[in-house]
Amino acid sequence: MRKWAMGTWALAGLALLAADGTKPPVPATQSEHLEVPPPPFSEGIFPCSNCHAGMTPDRHRRELTAMHTDIVLKHDETHRWCLDCHDAENRDVLHLASGEIVPFDESYRLCGQCHGEKYRDWRAGVHGRRTGNWNGAKTYLLCVNCHNPHQPRFRALVPKPAPRPPTHTMK
Amino acid sequence: MQHETAVDSIRLFSGFARGSLRLILRGNRAYWTWLAFLGALILSGVLAYSNQVRFGLGLTAMRDQVSWGFYIGNFTFLVGVAAAAVVLVIPAYIYDWKPIREIVIYGELLAISAITMCLMFVMVDIGRPDRFWHLIPPFGFLNFPSSVLAWDVIVLNLYFVVNFVVATHILYRAFHGKAYIKKLVVPLVLLSVPMAVGIHTVTAFLYNGLAARPYWNSSILAPQFLASAFCSGPAILLVVLQLLRRFTRFEIRDAAIWKIAELMAYAMFLNLFLHGSEAFKEFYSNTQHLLFTRYWYFGVGAHHTLVPYAWSAVALNLIAFGLFISPRTRRNPITLNIGCLATYAGVYIEKGMGLIIPGLTPDTLGEIYEYYPTVTELRVAAGIFAVGFLLFTLMLKVAVPISLGEFMDKKDAAPEQDAVMAVAQAAH
Amino acid sequence: MVSRRLFTQTAAGAAAGMILTACGPKRLYEAPKDQLKARIAEMERKYKEQLGKEIEVSDAGPIPGVHFAYALDLSRCIGCRRCVYACVDENNQSRDPQIQWIRVFEMEKEKGVDFSHADPYYNPAAVPEEGHFYIPVACQQCENPPCTKVCPTGATWAEKDGIVVVDYDWCIGCRYCMAACPYGARHFNWTQPSIPENEINPDTHYLGNRPRPKGVVEKCTFCIQRTRQGRYPACVEVCPVGARKFGNILDADSEIRYIIEHKRVLVLKEELNTVPRFFYFYAT
Repeated sequence: MRKWAMGTWALAGLALLAADGTKPPVPATQSEHLEVPPPPFSEGIFPCSNCHAGMTPDRHRRELTAMHTDIVLKHDETHRWCLDCHDAENRDVLHLASGEIVPFDESYRLCGQCHGEKYRDWRAGVHGRRTGNWNGAKTYLLCVNCHNPHQPRFRALVPKPAPRPPTHTMK
Repeated sequence: MQHETAVDSIRLFSGFARGSLRLILRGNRAYWTWLAFLGALILSGVLAYSNQVRFGLGLTAMRDQVSWGFYIGNFTFLVGVAAAAVVLVIPAYIYDWKPIREIVIYGELLAISAITMCLMFVMVDIGRPDRFWHLIPPFGFLNFPSSVLAWDVIVLNLYFVVNFVVATHILYRAFHGKAYIKKLVVPLVLLSVPMAVGIHTVTAFLYNGLAARPYWNSSILAPQFLASAFCSGPAILLVVLQLLRRFTRFEIRDAAIWKIAELMAYAMFLNLFLHGSEAFKEFYSNTQHLLFTRYWYFGVGAHHTLVPYAWSAVALNLIAFGLFISPRTRRNPITLNIGCLATYAGVYIEKGMGLIIPGLTPDTLGEIYEYYPTVTELRVAAGIFAVGFLLFTLMLKVAVPISLGEFMDKKDAAPEQDAVMAVAQAAH
Repeated sequence: MVSRRLFTQTAAGAAAGMILTACGPKRLYEAPKDQLKARIAEMERKYKEQLGKEIEVSDAGPIPGVHFAYALDLSRCIGCRRCVYACVDENNQSRDPQIQWIRVFEMEKEKGVDFSHADPYYNPAAVPEEGHFYIPVACQQCENPPCTKVCPTGATWAEKDGIVVVDYDWCIGCRYCMAACPYGARHFNWTQPSIPENEINPDTHYLGNRPRPKGVVEKCTFCIQRTRQGRYPACVEVCPVGARKFGNILDADSEIRYIIEHKRVLVLKEELNTVPRFFYFYAT
């Protein structure tokens, strides 16, 4: 990217950050390893290298027909496919846009690349379900503990019953 | 004058008590029918209330959305009646208008009955009547001066005591053919005037101070309460005085009755003017707060339970105003009494249900629950009204003969003293 | 000059008052610790007798340096009402007649936050409904509460950690506080509350979720039995979309402070100057 374009984007990013509050929120340390529950793998699917160790990676973008047909990608699928997140050489890990490897229990770093605001909110404890103690150390869930990374949009829920409206007689 | 010894006091009082009892137990068929009717209503009320105590306030139609209803509406109306009974004092003493002085005592007896009913309506409305003593220091804790309800508890009871002391003192002294003690009575009577204004102002402030209820949170509420009180309270008194004039030797000059009716006309004008001001402000400003006034006069959506009541109240008030402002209809006994009934009914509707329910409907989060009283509430309320009417009847049964000099302690009566003179003297 | 008779009568009256005050129950506001413990032991004994269950009543006081605040993300709430029922279970609310401390309002995105066009009785097959958003409302735990100043007996007050509480043994049920609350947050026991025995939560607090009698007012207490032990309220934990946040507003590192400082925050009926400690915000 040209330098002026980079500068413009940087300025725009800063402006966005500034518009959000007094100063940009800075997570404690970016590379600090967080205690999270284990990733919610399907039964028996991990480690992926059990199957993929002996296979040659096929980097051609295509629709899978032999395996993993249960996964329907609905996550920016017009622009990306499996190997944009899953590492081609080692299927037991993921990779960032820069190529840097991240293990599955740090998948939040991968999500945070595009979903930066939510990532910062999540680090501050403001995004996602809260459990634990308000006066204790923050406990974290992985993004994927709630969001299916291949189809992240939540399904609609059946609401619990509506309250009973007041009536003139109680008996 | 020699000091009464304790023995003398007891003897004198027991004479009074026995005499009063005889008076109460003696009456014609109309009297006993009336008493039986009141007794039946009281019994019905007691039974209904005991059901309510057992089951809980759920037997009323009040719910979280409309948490005050018929009981508090009646309470508010009756505070007005109690306050207005004393409004007669103003022309009598401040303007020194002698024809009214004779009837001040009846205003006070009405005030006593009305306050009794007020206190009863509060008792039946609270969820834990067994805990009412929590209000009474030093056993309990009264959140004074923060809570306006605490103020109301104090001023209502104080007003009751003042009226009770003055009325019983005057009557008791007249029973013994003596004039009342001026130094005791006159200050208390003069005090009862600002107190009358006070009790109804405090009751208005109960509602006025709640920012959560825009319908009530209006500066004109206290003046409007006073105006509606001063036209409805004397209405009862006028009817009662005419009845007394018809059935006993009680005398009251027409001029006195017409003067009271004239004052009521001015009060009703003020009442209508203040309502009109409120309506203008709501309809012209046309904010979301209009919703409450609109619910009362026109209904909202499919909800229009109160609309007929709203317009009936307006019609009755206008009729009453018309009848009282014109001297011809004021002086005609038929139209006068129609006017009395109209003003009583009109103010009862607009101040009872017309104040409480629209203030709470829609509720703070926009929900509309249409409240109207249940049979339990009606029975309990009728029972309380019957208690008040009974109290008033019995007090009149004793007070009228005393004023007429028919009921006196023979031992202490000065033979030359004209009984009517004694009362006239007492009224000074 | 005070007569002997007057003096004797006044002294007798005062003595009677003092005896009654000493012997009779007093309100639990700022009750000394030993009296509080005795009263709580009495409560636990009565619950054992009436409900046939061991109910534990905590006397935990406010934690110093803590003022609770709550934040609810309007861009996330889907109106599923799981918070309503988690609250009912946790706080021993009557099932019949039904009392619910949380009320969820469905509103149209076009009209925005407008309670005159809100519906708490929505019941579609699935939520969220297209074009609608949801606002749950419960006690706002105001810093300038209109309810506590009107109570004639002083049965409701704001604790030092900001929670507005009701003394269920002192409340006379006059419902003045219900008229004064602008948020419809207070609820009344119109008849004897009833909870199925197996659904009673035995971990209670004397100012919070202990079973209430007929004829008194109750409301959300920020799960005082949990929060004074460092835990989140039940509604915060159960929310499946993470719309609810809670913490100590005096702690600069808390989630609550982060939200207030970085998100678009609003309170309900701000013009009434109740200063609620319950904030609504949009995280996206």
